[in-house]
Amino acid sequence: MKKIIKYVMTDILRNRIVLLYTASLFIISFSMFSLEDNNSKGLLSLLNIILIFVPLVSIIFSTIYVYNSAEFIELLVSQPLKRKTIWLSLFTGLASSLSLSFIIGAGIPVIIYQANTIGFMMIGMGILLSIIFVAIAMLAAVKTRDKAKGIGVAILLWLYFSLLFDGLILFLLFQFADYPLEKPMIVVTALNPVDLGRIMILLHMDVSAMMGYTGAIFKDFFGTYTGMIFSFGIMLLWIAVPVWFSTRKFNRKDL
Amino acid sequence: MIITSNVSKKFRKLKALDNVSVTCNKGECIALIGPNASGKTTLIKTILGMVVQDSGFITFNGNNILHHWQYREQIGYMPQTGRYPDNMSIGQVLNMMKDIRGDKVTLDEDLVNAFELKTLMNKRMRTLSGGTRQKVSASLAFLFSPVVLILDEPTAGLDPVASEILKEKIIMEKKKGKLILITSHILSELDDLVTQVIYMQDGQLRFHKSIEELRSDTGEVKLNKAIAHFMRKN
Repeated sequence: MKKIIKYVMTDILRNRIVLLYTASLFIISFSMFSLEDNNSKGLLSLLNIILIFVPLVSIIFSTIYVYNSAEFIELLVSQPLKRKTIWLSLFTGLASSLSLSFIIGAGIPVIIYQANTIGFMMIGMGILLSIIFVAIAMLAAVKTRDKAKGIGVAILLWLYFSLLFDGLILFLLFQFADYPLEKPMIVVTALNPVDLGRIMILLHMDVSAMMGYTGAIFKDFFGTYTGMIFSFGIMLLWIAVPVWFSTRKFNRKDL
Repeated sequence: MIITSNVSKKFRKLKALDNVSVTCNKGECIALIGPNASGKTTLIKTILGMVVQDSGFITFNGNNILHHWQYREQIGYMPQTGRYPDNMSIGQVLNMMKDIRGDKVTLDEDLVNAFELKTLMNKRMRTLSGGTRQKVSASLAFLFSPVVLILDEPTAGLDPVASEILKEKIIMEKKKGKLILITSHILSELDDLVTQVIYMQDGQLRFHKSIEELRSDTGEVKLNKAIAHFMRKN
């Protein structure tokens, strides 16, 4: 397994897109911190960009990479290797290279300007989001045979997690405004890793004081130790479930 | 050595394999013959585990291949069209394969040398011609001195010199008592190679005979005449 991960990682890290991704994260992070006079304000602006940018690059790059590795996968499948090993190595290679890009691109500036709990939480969340979207991308790629369709599905999934989901929540909130929705909202949040990440970070910032009653309920839950464990567990589930399904599908796939 | 029992596979509505049962033993050199789209490549791919059959099972040395993936250590496979990662060079592909499965076996670099691949080691796979690709595929299939060789259209796209080299290599391996499975449409080149013939049509196994049997049944000496005789009868 180690050998295949090594080949996948060297291949990805040589890829220009990944280098460009790292560089742009680096530039964005530094400019965000220098634009704002207050570092925690800078972190907030950076958060909003990372929540859009990281999932987008992770999901689209991984989907295209899996399709482009079709030959590589085909070559390996006829060799004495377990299919599970091949697939999990591909996942590990993709996830660790994209996480590494994130650590170098965004992690270093954050550590320089905001080396506190929130800063480290944000790095951790960025890494988790990278891995989650690699897992989702691989599920999308293994389910659809056609490359164009697969990339389309990946873009739609990103759109759903980044924009449509929030729209749906707003719609629900307005429709059921007469009912107490604060507690169900916590459950609904678990359905979207991006939102989960956003809330986790926001609640540990000073701005959370401005979020009103719902914010208070959220802080009551997510701000506690159990809440942290809960959201971390949900994020891990967001990795494990897609990986499990895609491995199962890949095991029965005809090449 | 390899036994397939009632293997069936459907691609959507198309029946690619329909209850195929074959037994292949050590020391045999089997020609897999049939018209286009008769299921030859699908059968090979199910044996390799690249295509998963809908029903039936395949055993290799008595072990069901679904649960024992290690059996592929003993197989050298040359695909019909070798597809390799575009941005790797020939040398990198060879080294990667050696890295993955080369620790326990003696390497057999006869074909690498005979095809003079050493001079092309730095060439990227995407720049290769179809023939050179075939040479890489052939070299990879023989590289790990496997006990079973599965060759899907081995000489398609090779120039006469190269295909002669490959043929000689196949005969050499056959003499060592290996099991060799070949598909080809050029029947004349199979004449001095094969000991058994499997004929497939529409995903079904039509016959599995030794070459002597086939000759005496049809009264023809040449394989292409014998097969033509059989095809006309149908």
